[in-house]
Amino acid sequence: MDFELSAEQAQIREEVLRLCARFDETYWLERDRDGAFPEDFYAAMAEGNWLGIAMPEEYGGAGLGVTEAAIMMQAVAESGACMSGASAIHINIFGLNPVVVHGTEEQKRRMLPPLIAGRDKACFGVTEPNAGLNTTEIAVRAEKRGDRYVVNGQKIWTSTAQEATKILLLARTTPKDQVKKKTGGLTLFYTDLDRSRAEVRRIPKMGRHAVDSNMVFFEDMEIPEENRIGAEGEGFRAILHGLNPERVLIAAEAIGIGRAALARAARYARERVVFGRPIGQNQGIQHPLARNWAELEAANLMTFKAAALYDAGKECGAEANAAKYLAAEAGFHSCEQAVMTHGGMGYAKEYHVERYFRESMIPRIAPVSPQLILSYLAERVLDLPKSY
Amino acid sequence: MKIIVPVKRVVDYNVKVRVKSDGTGVETAGVKMSMNPFDEIAVEEAVRLKEKGVATEIVAVSLGVAACQETIRTALAMGADRGILVETDVDLQPLAVAKLLKAIVAKEDPKLVILGKQAIDDDMNATGQMLAALLGWPQGTFASKVVIEGDALTVTREVDGGLETLAMTLPAIITTDLRLNEPRYASLPNIMKARKKPIETVKPADLGVDPAPRLTVVSVAEPPKRQAGQKVGSVAELVQKLRTEAKVI
Repeated sequence: MDFELSAEQAQIREEVLRLCARFDETYWLERDRDGAFPEDFYAAMAEGNWLGIAMPEEYGGAGLGVTEAAIMMQAVAESGACMSGASAIHINIFGLNPVVVHGTEEQKRRMLPPLIAGRDKACFGVTEPNAGLNTTEIAVRAEKRGDRYVVNGQKIWTSTAQEATKILLLARTTPKDQVKKKTGGLTLFYTDLDRSRAEVRRIPKMGRHAVDSNMVFFEDMEIPEENRIGAEGEGFRAILHGLNPERVLIAAEAIGIGRAALARAARYARERVVFGRPIGQNQGIQHPLARNWAELEAANLMTFKAAALYDAGKECGAEANAAKYLAAEAGFHSCEQAVMTHGGMGYAKEYHVERYFRESMIPRIAPVSPQLILSYLAERVLDLPKSY
Repeated sequence: MKIIVPVKRVVDYNVKVRVKSDGTGVETAGVKMSMNPFDEIAVEEAVRLKEKGVATEIVAVSLGVAACQETIRTALAMGADRGILVETDVDLQPLAVAKLLKAIVAKEDPKLVILGKQAIDDDMNATGQMLAALLGWPQGTFASKVVIEGDALTVTREVDGGLETLAMTLPAIITTDLRLNEPRYASLPNIMKARKKPIETVKPADLGVDPAPRLTVVSVAEPPKRQAGQKVGSVAELVQKLRTEAKVI
């Protein structure tokens, strides 16, 4: 058992932190205020070839594992970029894994290099208003007409759809009442987001204003057959591959936010003097912060255990889910405590922790709720009856 | 043309250094270490010279404990071609470093050595000058601009009154100032390529140099804590306080 980063991993963390230092707290505060996509941050990450960290080398990636991707994404979040930085590049990191696993050679050559180079921006259309965590309820219809599919319906919580040129879309090709298996009838596409046939409507939301979340309405949007990933009806299976890595990355990001908040809280507690002593000298202030550290670092161990299992080709469902649960809660607690430690100043935007606090809600909710994770663990690890 | 760039592993510039409790030095255990920022500028300058076709090979040299390998790796990720680690646990002082570098120069036969003007840990600002003296080479220290045409080297230096420009002939020594360039960020592919570049390890004895310190550190102490200032109500009060309390006028 080895808990140390390898020299290469340590260097990845260092270089990402160095690069992110160019985009300081004021930069993210501004993006939070004006809601503009962090284009120059995105460009800098693309320029350093960071977007392809976990993508195969033959298509321009670095061919590294989820462990390295998690190290990178954690460093991005930890730099103070939080989810505004992480979500801006999140889909580039592992989003196109279904194409890597299920795409044809021609598709990989066509689809992967532009995304890795940052020329294409992609969004992920899965969730629907009436099919949240229950993916099999997906209703967006892709109807085969000759050599193309015609898409109608609505997706929701599609991140970065304002900027995206491409969409990874899960749609129903066989009506639900005609499928043999509940998970059947869904097909995956990676295609142009044709804005003449898809209306993208931004959802005003609590935080992460720089990275948009949207409703997307499709009206007869056409998809050429060559943009179908894998066989018709195999879409659900195709996206399953990416779920555990995504949980690991979200967990790593949540820990990054938590660490950023804790660092600010500890600094403020050391410097802020009330009644003639720094407030951090009071156990009422220091114990909660110490607990935050313990929670964050424990969650981090679970996260990197899950990453190591995945990279070793082993089953990691329980660990990846537990990591996402633990990390999201630890990150949130840390941000909450950071606001409380700052007192009134914690409520002011100038001190940044209120932004972290708002963004720390995202890993708790997405991509799966804590309740569903606990149900999963109860069922799969503890062998308890399925509750839903 | 071959360039040698010495790179030093120092306490990261973001770290608030603490003096060891016994006053023998600065605490380095468990402290984040990085490449000396002036050395980063030196590596960057060498890489730019290579990109311009002036240089053909860049050798990064670090002297010290085994962990200095990581500093060399950083230089390799920025664009250096290979590394040499002079491994020793001895606390190296500028003269020892200069002697060791002289031996490396004898072995490698470079046309140019680019060093940081000083390291941010001990601020000695001596190694480049000592190396120039030992080799009998010309030196352009505190360089803010470097131009090479054939064997002619022009170094611009920022001095108190403005800019001073020196002309010299290669081989030569350059030490870098802050405004020479802005070091690049290592890209992920270059970090990965750097892992495969060779690093040779030698010992001071292999180079025939005794690196033992010639200077003794007597004590290391924290700077005195800054006292709180005072607010004055008027210029007259300020003058009076300067005269009677501070006794500076």
